[in-house]
Amino acid sequence: MKLEEEVVRRQRSRALITALLLGAFVVLMFFITIAKTGKNW
Amino acid sequence: MPAIELTNPAALPADWRDLLALTKPRVMSLVVFTALCGLLAAPSLPPPVLGFTAILCIALGAGACGALNQWYEADIDAKMRRTAGRPLPAGRMDRQSALHFGVGLAFFSVLLMGLASNWFAAALLTASILFYVLIYTVWLKPRTAQNIVIGGAAGAFPPLIGWVAATGHVSALPLLLFAIIFLWTPPHFWALSLFVRSDYAAAGIPMLPVVAGVPSTRRQIFLYSLPMAAAAVAPWLLGLTGAIYGASAAVLSAMFVLLAARVLANRATEPARMAPEKKLFAYSVFYLFALFAVLVADRWLAA
Repeated sequence: MKLEEEVVRRQRSRALITALLLGAFVVLMFFITIAKTGKNW
Repeated sequence: MPAIELTNPAALPADWRDLLALTKPRVMSLVVFTALCGLLAAPSLPPPVLGFTAILCIALGAGACGALNQWYEADIDAKMRRTAGRPLPAGRMDRQSALHFGVGLAFFSVLLMGLASNWFAAALLTASILFYVLIYTVWLKPRTAQNIVIGGAAGAFPPLIGWVAATGHVSALPLLLFAIIFLWTPPHFWALSLFVRSDYAAAGIPMLPVVAGVPSTRRQIFLYSLPMAAAAVAPWLLGLTGAIYGASAAVLSAMFVLLAARVLANRATEPARMAPEKKLFAYSVFYLFALFAVLVADRWLAA
């Protein structure tokens, strides 16, 4: 495999996973905020 | 960018699978399970999303420990068959990426734990990460045969952190859970180190079988299994759990001591003839899973 192709492939897969994790983190923070503010905990 | 043939994979951006492998997912499963049991055994439960976040933080903290351990021990890992295929010794990733990944995970896990649960749990998580990386990996492991004995404390933190994440304070039961894992760690790791001792010897790690010999290690395994069994039944004897846990802990621990006695009786020195050691190692993993599962079942049935 050529270096250029492999670098692009890895960057793409990492970018996709980073995007998914960031999305999950935003959703998690939303629900954490609801839980922390919704109840005197 | 020039289209040249791929000769040095470590020069490439790390593959996400290798980043995942840095976190030692198999070790993490036991950490997550014991932390979850610590949280579920607590007298008051947090809202599900906060409980989930606490366990996630403990898992990420354990992943950070795994990454920083592999970053520090890349040279040692390269000398052992069991670990030579890991991302760093295999040359699939550069060390700096592993360091950044580990430190980043550690900071993120502690910060999120503090914000979502409480700062006492975050402080314990910080202590467990620092203990594993600095006290165990950097200081004890390359220097003393007692590395596992003292370093075992790092692996004993998760149920304590789970409990504190749920309640905000420490009491007798989570301290006993800490003690159980602390005393379980030496026989668990020494059973493994008996049949992979040539690996440890080649890497220059002073594990007990390398330094003190096989018979002495077998003696220590059996001796440690006795206080471990006592710690396992102590929650019942102290009235902190019910009879379901007490009876199960007694049976599971008796089996552990029996297998440790078989290890003590074994005279073989070749790994191929160390069936009792391999059996004890496999059983020790089951033992911890079963003990903690029964603890949660007992607490929930009593509630």
